[in-house]
Amino acid sequence: MSKITMREAISQALWEEMERDELVFLLGEEIGVWGGTYAVTKGFYDHFGERRVRDTPISESVIVGAAIGAALTGLRPVAELMTINFAFSAMDHIVNEAAKLRYMFGGQFKLAIVIRAPGGGGRQLAATHSQTPDAVFAHFPGLRVVAPGTPEDAKGMLKAAIRSDDPVLFIEHATLYQVRGEVPEADYTIPLDKAKIQRAGKDVTIVTYSKMLEISSKAADELSKEGIQAEIVDLRCLRPLDMEPVLQSFKKTNRAVIVEEGWRSYGVGSEVAARIYEDAFDYVDAPIKRVAQDEVPLPYNRTLEQIALPQVEDVIKAVKEVL
Amino acid sequence: MDKSDYLDMYHQMVLIRRVEERAAELYQQGKIGGFLHLYIGQEAVSTGLISAREPQDRIITAYRDHGVAINAGIPAKEVIAELLGKATGMSKGKGGSMHMADVKKNYWGGHAIVGAHLPIAAGLALGDQYQGNDGVTICMFGDGATNIGYFHESLNLSKVWGLPVLWVCENNMYGMGTSVDRASAVIEIRQKAEGYKIPNERVNGMDVIEVRKVAEESLLYVRSGKGPYFLEVVTYRYRGHSMGDPERYRLKNEVEKWQEEDPIGIYRGFLLKQKIAKAVELDEVENMVKAEVQKAVEFAETSPEPEPEALFDDVYVE
Repeated sequence: MSKITMREAISQALWEEMERDELVFLLGEEIGVWGGTYAVTKGFYDHFGERRVRDTPISESVIVGAAIGAALTGLRPVAELMTINFAFSAMDHIVNEAAKLRYMFGGQFKLAIVIRAPGGGGRQLAATHSQTPDAVFAHFPGLRVVAPGTPEDAKGMLKAAIRSDDPVLFIEHATLYQVRGEVPEADYTIPLDKAKIQRAGKDVTIVTYSKMLEISSKAADELSKEGIQAEIVDLRCLRPLDMEPVLQSFKKTNRAVIVEEGWRSYGVGSEVAARIYEDAFDYVDAPIKRVAQDEVPLPYNRTLEQIALPQVEDVIKAVKEVL
Repeated sequence: MDKSDYLDMYHQMVLIRRVEERAAELYQQGKIGGFLHLYIGQEAVSTGLISAREPQDRIITAYRDHGVAINAGIPAKEVIAELLGKATGMSKGKGGSMHMADVKKNYWGGHAIVGAHLPIAAGLALGDQYQGNDGVTICMFGDGATNIGYFHESLNLSKVWGLPVLWVCENNMYGMGTSVDRASAVIEIRQKAEGYKIPNERVNGMDVIEVRKVAEESLLYVRSGKGPYFLEVVTYRYRGHSMGDPERYRLKNEVEKWQEEDPIGIYRGFLLKQKIAKAVELDEVENMVKAEVQKAVEFAETSPEPEPEALFDDVYVE
């Protein structure tokens, strides 16, 4: 094991998969000469050349659309959207084409495409550049939507995504790139349909993913000082959603708080809570709580932005309410 | 081209016409659901174009796709079976009229979001360029598609990357019910390709021989590695945009005027005048087509529906 940042983990996954498979190539804005706006692909252009590291115009539809077309011919493109906020410009190609073509044409081909997109708030980028619209994309059958929260998961899941024959939306969090974590030295992959218990506990189940895993872990540290042992389930994958570890944990703790960065309405928390009520109603000892972003477009002002985003104290408060 | 090539093109054009006429009947009988866009009047465009392709050339088009499928070599019975939503259809009954593909024939589908298949076409061409193949992607779309952003993003990228793609705008004068002059800042669509420095040409789409000739030349250009080429093929659809179109946007005599330019009639006249075929031979082709369509409809009607379990097939590979 070595301790590396999330950025390094993602970068290594891309590099190793490109070395392993000639069919893998990258396309996106500023990924080549510039080295990636988050420096994830720094050094790639010099090493792999412009054939495999393709700088595109600012044309999100054709970035995703061309990735789809190239995948139809058997290539394994990894398209980078500079931020997930720009995915809306490519919405049609993500949800109407990538998610549907295989099914709509009777399974005649595979669409081995990965769309990487960093998102999330907390950097004072204001409303259009700070969104966490993960649930929107997870709504569509045909897409795989994953959002890892640790370097180990990011590397293993990105490798699995690149090797997968299905279209995968790989959501990164822009404020996690500097986070460090242990990552195995050897080649490994992590399944794209498995949630994971990241922290064992017996008193309450916290269900979360991505950046909110960090927030929830800090909350769990605080709570343990007061003798409250929270169990944290990291969803990692939003579609398909793996409820097994969530239900197992809930049947033990009988209490749940779901923490997500996106808006509460129609969100990940709504889905997870509904499934717990459907499948484990007899185990419910308290109403399930959702911690989520306040329902406003995120403001620029730092204080206001932080009020709107879920904080450690919000998680602690919610846990105490369900106990 | 030898005599059999000429007759084959005639066969394809007549087959498209008769399949589409039968499709209209089947629609009126309630046997075809959803939307149905007929290719009647435009047969010379895809027949001339696709008859010029090599097997490694990929075809991708919009939702007016039945005729294109037939030109791509898909048997009429599989086209009609898809229209009827049967398990034996091209897309196993999952796509319907607007979404039929057969990738074994290098036919990458009918796509029903206007203009959305142009970025995909750029990607198909990128795939061939990346692998060093000499295939050309032939991407067909209507005049209406040239007003959406996808068109401009795709043309631009194709030129910047020198992609082997032949862009073919079928200008049939109307995007649904809105005439070109009411929707597009330029009515000569090929001018839009000028903005991207893509060499281009405007062709009479009612004359299959002219389309074929220009298609051969432009495919040669693209195949030689010079990058994309753009054709504007001027044509006209005789039927409404789709079934149930009230056609308030055009006058009957305009349709009649274009019907005098009927692509099948023009081609038949050409074959007779050039003494390539005798009238009796062409009549024989028409009789063959009648029988072929009848058999195709019987095949489709007696084909099984998809099993209910098929509902969940092919959402994911794994």
